[in-house]
Amino acid sequence: MAQKITIEPVTRVEGHGKVTIHLDDNHQVTESRLHIVEFRGFERFVCGRPFWEAPVLVQRLCGICPVSHHLAAAKAMDMLVGAGDGNGLTPVAEKMRRLMHYGQIFQSHVLHFFHLASPDLLFGIDADPAQRNVIGVIMEHTELAKQAVLMRKYGQEIIAATAGKKIHGTGAVPGGINKNLSLEDRDAFLNGINGNPDLSADKMIKWAEAAIALLLDYHSSHTEFLDGFAAFPSNHLSLVRPDGALDLYHGVIRAVDPEGKRIVNDVDSRDYLEVVEEEVRSWSYMKFPYIKELGPKKGWYRVGPLARLNVCDFIPSPKAQAAFEQFRAYTKGKPNSMSMHYHWARLIETLHAAEVMKELLLDPDLQGTDLVTKGERCGEGIGLLEAPRGTLFHHYQVNEQDLITMCNLIVSTTNNNEPMNRAVNAAAVAQMTGKAEITEPMMNAVEVAIRAYDPCLSCATHAMGQMPLEVTLYDAAGAVLDQQRKGM
Amino acid sequence: MSETIETSSEIITLTIDGQEIQAAAGQTILQAAQKNGIYIPTLCALHATKENGLESDIAPGTCRICTVKVNGRTMAACTTPVAQGFVVENDTEELNDLRKTIVELLFVEGNHFCPSCEKSGSCDLQALAYRYQMLSPRFRYAFSSREVNAESPKLLFDRNRCILCRRCVLAIRTEDGKQLFGFTKRGDKSGIIMDEELVKNISEEQAQQAMHICPVGAIIRKEKGFDTPFGQRKYDQNPIGSETVCTTCNGEKS
Ligand code: SF4
Ligand code: SF4
Ligand code: FES
Repeated sequence: MAQKITIEPVTRVEGHGKVTIHLDDNHQVTESRLHIVEFRGFERFVCGRPFWEAPVLVQRLCGICPVSHHLAAAKAMDMLVGAGDGNGLTPVAEKMRRLMHYGQIFQSHVLHFFHLASPDLLFGIDADPAQRNVIGVIMEHTELAKQAVLMRKYGQEIIAATAGKKIHGTGAVPGGINKNLSLEDRDAFLNGINGNPDLSADKMIKWAEAAIALLLDYHSSHTEFLDGFAAFPSNHLSLVRPDGALDLYHGVIRAVDPEGKRIVNDVDSRDYLEVVEEEVRSWSYMKFPYIKELGPKKGWYRVGPLARLNVCDFIPSPKAQAAFEQFRAYTKGKPNSMSMHYHWARLIETLHAAEVMKELLLDPDLQGTDLVTKGERCGEGIGLLEAPRGTLFHHYQVNEQDLITMCNLIVSTTNNNEPMNRAVNAAAVAQMTGKAEITEPMMNAVEVAIRAYDPCLSCATHAMGQMPLEVTLYDAAGAVLDQQRKGM
Repeated sequence: MSETIETSSEIITLTIDGQEIQAAAGQTILQAAQKNGIYIPTLCALHATKENGLESDIAPGTCRICTVKVNGRTMAACTTPVAQGFVVENDTEELNDLRKTIVELLFVEGNHFCPSCEKSGSCDLQALAYRYQMLSPRFRYAFSSREVNAESPKLLFDRNRCILCRRCVLAIRTEDGKQLFGFTKRGDKSGIIMDEELVKNISEEQAQQAMHICPVGAIIRKEKGFDTPFGQRKYDQNPIGSETVCTTCNGEKS
C-alpha cells in the first residue's frame, strides 16, 4: 500500500519546514520533498522604506548570517549611490567590509561544522540522540569543543569590531563603511583578544588546519559513508574573482556542469537576471532557481562551499590552496558531487577565512579615514555575495524620493532548494527503502542530509538535542498508519 | 499650557522627593528640577541649548511623561510653575510605572521597528523604554496605517514613528518665522503635516536641526543613515536620565 511519511516541523529554516517521504506498496521511496511552509515576505515589506535602511533591515532575514545580507544589500546600495558595483569603494571601506565578511564566514562555518554537524560524525548518525549533540561533544571531546567555542568567538569579535555588534550591526552604509579599525583592536586580533593567545590570528589558522586534519582522519575510516551519503551529480554555481580565484565578497558569476565544463562563463554580477530564473512549485513557499539557458529540469545547481571549490581555479592564500589541491585531487580535478564533502569544503574555506583575516589585519589601510564614496545616483542596485551557505542575490529599485519600490532576493537556501530536496530523497532511499517503521536514526539521516547544506533547517536538533519533530506515515487513502514524535 | 516660560528673581522653596530645593518664581517644576540635578523624564519638553538652536525652553505639554505628584495631585512637571512649599513626588514606583505605561502606549500606537531606525541609540522614546524596562507588550498593537512622506529632497518624514509631541511645530521655523510643521485633525486622527513648499527649500543646517529636535526617528535627514557607529550614539555611553542639564549653569541656555 502506498504511504507518505511526514517529518514536521523541521525547524529553523527561515522558520518552519517539513519533510514528506512517499512510499509505494512495497515500501520503496518514490519521492521526497522538503517543504518550506513559512512565508516571510521580506521582499514586500522593504518596499516603501528609504534605501539606506535596507542593509540594516534585511539582515533580520537571518540570525546566523546577518552580515551576509547586510553586505549584499550594502553592495546594491553602493551601485545606487554611484559608488561602483563592488569595486568603487575606498580601500578602508572595501577592506573593512571584507574583514567583516571573512569574520562572518569563519564564525558561521565553525558553528555549522562543530556545533551542528560534528555530533553526527563523532558519534555516528544513528547514535543515541542524548549523546549526539553539542553537549555530548563537550563531554567527550572537551579540547575540540573548547577550540570551537573560541574560534566562533574570534569571528564574532571581528564582526563586532567592524559592524559594531556581533549580530545585526550597522557597519556597511551605502557607498562605504561607518568606522575604521582601531590600532587597539588590530593588535588584540593579531596577538590575542584580552591578552589570550588562544584568541589570536595565528591560533585560528592553526586550529582551522587541525579541523581539516580531523575531518580527513574521519574520512579515512568512514570513506563509504562520507562519499556515498546523499551523493548525486549536479551543476555548481558561485562568484569567482575575474582571475578565477575564490573570492567570497565580490566577483563574476561562474557555473560548471557535473563534468567541470563551464556553463556560465564569468558573467558580470549585475547581469544575474540573464543567468538565473526561478520556478514556483505549489507545495513550497521557497522558489526553485535554475540556470536560464538550461531550463528548470537541467539547470538547477548547488551553491555554497562545495560549489565554490568546484567552480574556482585556485584559492589565494597558501595553506588553504594546499588543502584545496588535495580536495581537487580526490576527484581527479572533476567537480565533487558528494553532499557530505560540503563539510570538507567548508573547513578549507574556514582556513582560508583565517588566513585572509590575518592578511587584512596586517594591512594599514584598515586605519584609513576615508570611509564613504558617492557618485551619480541611479535608480537600481544589484549586490551579489558569497554567504557562508552560498550565493546571495540582492536586487532593488528605488524611486526619485529614495523609497524602495522593488526588491528581489535569492538567498543561499533558495539556491540550494533542489539539491536539498535531492539530498533528502537520497537519504530516504538509503535509509527507508523496504522499511515500514519510523525510527529515530531514519529521521536523523534525513536531517543529516539537510544539515550538510544548511544548519538553519535543523540547528535546534543539535543545539538542544531535542528538535521538535513529527513523522507521520500515511497510506494511499491518507489514513495515518504510524506516527512518531520527539521534542514536542 | 505654557510654551515659553518667563522667570523672575523671586525665590521659591519646594521639595522634590524629600529634597529641599530653591527655584525662581515662574520656573516650571521641570526647570527647577533640572537646575538642581534632579531627573524628570521628558519627551515633548525641550531645554534650549546651542546644539538644538532654541532661543528658550519649550513645553508643549503633550506627552505627559513628566507627570509628577504635586501635593498629592498628578501634574505635568513641564507646564506647572513652582509655588512656595510644593511637595513634589517624582521618582516613585507608582509614577515610574505610569511613565512606563505612557511609553508602552506610544509604542503600540505607532509603528516602531527600532532595529532599522536611524534614530536607534539616539532616540528619546527608545531610551525611555530601556529606562523603564519595557519588555513584552502589555497592550495590543494598533497597527496604525501611517504614510511616509519622502517628497522633500532633504528630509524624510516617517509618520510611523511620530509621537505627536509637537516639538517640530513649535521649534522649527524659517528664518522669517514661518512654521514648517503643523498639527492637523483631532483625537486619534491627529497628525503632523509639513509645508512641502517651505520644507523643500530648507538649508542643510535647518534639516539637521529638525532631525535633532524630533525626539524620535520621525524626521530624518535623507541619505544620512547609520553614519554613527555603535558606541558613539547619543545614549550608548550614558543612558537617558543619567545626567540632567548642567547643574552649574542654572539650567539656562548653554
Ligand atoms: S523612533 Fe525611536 S522608538 Fe521609534 S523605531 Fe525609531 S528608535 Fe525605535
Ligand atoms: S515629527 Fe517628531 S517632533 Fe514632530 S510631532 Fe512628531 S515626534 Fe514630535
Ligand atoms: S514633557 Fe511634560 S508633558 Fe511632555
